Amino acid sequence: MSNQLSTEQLLHAYEVMRTIRAFEERLHVEFATGEIPGFVHLYAGEEASAAGVMAHLRDSDCIASNHRGHGHCIAKGVDVYGMMAEIYGKKTGVCGGKGGSMHIADLGKGMLGANGIVGAGAPLVAGAALAARLKGRDDVAVVFFGDGGSNEGAVFEAMNMAAIMKLPCIFVAENNGYAEATASNWSVACKHIADRAAGFGMPGVTIDGFDFFAVHEAAGAAVERARIGQGPSLVEVKLTRYYGHFEGDAQTYRAPDEVKNLRETRDCLMQFRDKTTRAGWLSVAQLDAIDARIEDLIEDAVQRAKADPKPQPADLLTDVYVAYP
Amino acid sequence: MARKISYQQAINEALAQEMRRDESVFIIGEDVAGGAGAPGEDDAWGGVLGVTKGLYHQFPGRVLDAPLSELGYVGAAVGAATQGLRPVCELMFVDFAGCCLDQILNQAAKFRYMFGGKAVTPLVMRTMYGAGLRAAAQHSQMLTSLWTHIPGLKVVCPSSPYDAKGLLIQAIRDNDPVIFCEHKLLYSLQGEVPEEVYSVPFGEANYLRDGDDVTLVTYGRMVHVALEAANNLARQGIDCEVLDLRTTSPLDEDSILESVEKTGRLVVIDEANPRCSVATDISALVAQKAFAALKGPIEMVTAPHTPVPFSDALEDLYIPDAAKVEAAVRKVIDAKRSAA
Amino acid sequence: MSQIHTLTMPKWGLSMTEGRVDTWLKQEGDPISKGDEVLDVETDKISSSVEAPFSGVLRRVVAKPDETLPVGALLAVVVEGEADEAAIEAVVQRFQAEFVAEGNADQAQGPAPQKAEVAGQLLRWFELGEGGTPLVLVHGFGGDLNNWLFNHPALAAERRVIALDLPGHGESAKALQRGDLGELAETVLALLDHLGITKAHLAGHSMGGAVCLNIARMAPQRVASLSLIASVGLGEHINGQYLQGFVAAANRNALKPHMVQLFADPALVTRQMLEDMLKFKRLEGVDGALRQLASGLAEGDTQRHDLRHVLAQQPALVIWGGKDAIIPASHAEGLDVEVLLVPEAGHMVQMEAAEAVNRSMLAFLRSA
Repeated sequence: MSNQLSTEQLLHAYEVMRTIRAFEERLHVEFATGEIPGFVHLYAGEEASAAGVMAHLRDSDCIASNHRGHGHCIAKGVDVYGMMAEIYGKKTGVCGGKGGSMHIADLGKGMLGANGIVGAGAPLVAGAALAARLKGRDDVAVVFFGDGGSNEGAVFEAMNMAAIMKLPCIFVAENNGYAEATASNWSVACKHIADRAAGFGMPGVTIDGFDFFAVHEAAGAAVERARIGQGPSLVEVKLTRYYGHFEGDAQTYRAPDEVKNLRETRDCLMQFRDKTTRAGWLSVAQLDAIDARIEDLIEDAVQRAKADPKPQPADLLTDVYVAYP
Repeated sequence: MARKISYQQAINEALAQEMRRDESVFIIGEDVAGGAGAPGEDDAWGGVLGVTKGLYHQFPGRVLDAPLSELGYVGAAVGAATQGLRPVCELMFVDFAGCCLDQILNQAAKFRYMFGGKAVTPLVMRTMYGAGLRAAAQHSQMLTSLWTHIPGLKVVCPSSPYDAKGLLIQAIRDNDPVIFCEHKLLYSLQGEVPEEVYSVPFGEANYLRDGDDVTLVTYGRMVHVALEAANNLARQGIDCEVLDLRTTSPLDEDSILESVEKTGRLVVIDEANPRCSVATDISALVAQKAFAALKGPIEMVTAPHTPVPFSDALEDLYIPDAAKVEAAVRKVIDAKRSAA
Repeated sequence: MSQIHTLTMPKWGLSMTEGRVDTWLKQEGDPISKGDEVLDVETDKISSSVEAPFSGVLRRVVAKPDETLPVGALLAVVVEGEADEAAIEAVVQRFQAEFVAEGNADQAQGPAPQKAEVAGQLLRWFELGEGGTPLVLVHGFGGDLNNWLFNHPALAAERRVIALDLPGHGESAKALQRGDLGELAETVLALLDHLGITKAHLAGHSMGGAVCLNIARMAPQRVASLSLIASVGLGEHINGQYLQGFVAAANRNALKPHMVQLFADPALVTRQMLEDMLKFKRLEGVDGALRQLASGLAEGDTQRHDLRHVLAQQPALVIWGGKDAIIPASHAEGLDVEVLLVPEAGHMVQMEAAEAVNRSMLAFLRSA
């Protein structure tokens, strides 16, 4: 595959993927200490999807994510320290500690929220796309959902509506093979989630989600199509998650060594490093420098988040309404 | 202010005036125009009962028919609201809430809080409610209590054409999600409505009748039932104060308490089912905060705890009427006499 | 020669459809002079006395206390001269048989206010009466043409009387340009032009008085006389707290303490009156207009304009309520004009003491 990305774009893509990986790996460690409240769903292993899609978006483009949303947030430009503080339930978090891992949002960055309700983001981005249309802008809106989410009626309704209204929408199905503990090859009736696009009269493609460049190319085509007013697309990205559905999931439903083998042979960061250095687009030194910088960034985010104050009792009652008599 | 128009026309006028004033306002819903994609007329229906009729041609591209996908288009309205637009989506009958509840309950209502105060979701969901049209259990319910229970939502239930226009304009301008409940049987009600633009603030109950003996608290169509009962009772020397809540969230606690402090008696009239309802909520409020003023037990006149029946013989029993209100009022008055 | 008169439920203001009989001030057999207060009637908006439009003896009281009757319903029979019971009974029977309440008669009832674009803005006015030099009634701050509901019909018995809604008020356009007295005066002059009136008597209440004074200053040749009721512009003091509080109040409980200051009898301020005022204040543009006007009228408790120097040019009548809590009645002192002081009335003296005000104005206008 030929590379149409500039050095800056390549470095940025790697930095995004590395940041997500480091963020999630660190959360995996920190969560085990019991200091993080609630539960977290880690995105490690799926980085190429977020980075490959978001490479085509600007701040005014909107995305909606799901419960496994850290990667989408980071790739859309949400502040890493603010995310970490949010996950720690601190007042300094991007949502003031009121949302947590599953509700990280930054509307200024076009991040319409991670979402605890599977499939719920699809109607929302149809609305965001409709808003762009009504405002006369060429912004697009992207929803990320999983193989589990692909079975939700909300997604079907949104896809149909986006298709009949020709909305500038991209439906990204991140098929990691498991909806919680249920395999997608059992729960999804058709061979590929992308096959469902035909039922809504929109193009659908299935892409190797371990390959950043494949995702980048397919997403680019879908975003371009939406931006020029040709309507929605469905992009199925096949990938894997390295950790359980949530932290603490022993994943006994998976084959022994399934994750280990994928990590060793298909890992998206590994493939990206290989390809870009082999082709001479990037140097090992450039990439290592990013790794080191990200390590510091995450360390700093964790230390600050840990030290930050929790919300105050008075915060319990604020932010329910913009104004309430 | 001599001009009289119907409740339905008042809603249409409010929509038209706000759409003219603010181009971020748009309408989406099933058959809000009608005829999309069909070979006949555009704007064939203008809403299933014609409430939005004419707006399609006045505001090209801003009155959008949706497919029968309540979850999809209500969710799209929520999404559009987060992007700086002011959608007015129409859920044809409030009973269809079951099809779209997630987008209201988990999305629109919670965004602001979950996102630490950063989201603004100025959504209006207009929806028809109410029994009396022999429309049976899935097209007649009143779910005000359900909406009122959900933090983050505002709930509006106008009883008159004047309030319908002013409250809808307020709802559209409001920066929080608003559920705007319209009773089907009120659509033809005529009343004085200024031609000019005005808004009626939320959380301000309306005194429709002054009285010293009993406070009748109600909202929506039951306001007219309460007034009928109050007029009948006045002829028997019982003066009822009638309070129309206008909005159940926010709730005008002060006016309720102020009136009960004066009369010492409370009858709440609510067309909704009685468990965990606006009626029980107001009763609890008064028992908690105005107990000392009470001269007798609180009475509630509500629908029974059943779905809305179809047969007229049953539906007429289901809906609270003036006779039931009068009986409840006499009961609270008599309770005082026997205690004295 | 005898005459049998029917006294009927009056229509006070445009929206009144019915009234409740409160107390009979005269009993059967009492002699009555034209203008006497015969009974008290209460509407959902206001209470007042019904004045006899004729003289005679109160022979039959038809409406009982606490009875609510539609506008035009029979209240009593007054006989000038002699009439036997049978004749009175016949009149009552015939009246009741023919009477159709306004709400039931599906047709326009009597005169209605008019609206038109005048000098580029929508104005509403209401005309009653014919002939003579016309009289224009100019309401005060936050008011409208209904402020004259007890005066307009009585004054119209002898001439054409026009009550208008000033810009920013009632059903006239709400947007003001400069928002000063001059602008309001120009609007009244524009209405006179529109109606083809070259010269008129002007009567103004409160801020409306200052508007009339301004017209007299700007176009003295068009002013036949001035009737100034609790007028702005005749002294230094004004209740600034009232002005600010009235403007700021957005709900019933906030508005009430300010509204009661307008009347000597606070019971006149009903919930319905408050609700009607709130309906006005909720209209788009009203808040801005009132703020503009209020800041132009006064700074704190001090009026910005002294217009006493205008007074010498035309015949003038000054009327004040002794219990005026907005602008003190002492402003009526020391003016070289005719003065009527009604000791027991408040700022809304033309409503609270309508009979006295009407009598005084009619006499003044006849001589002016």
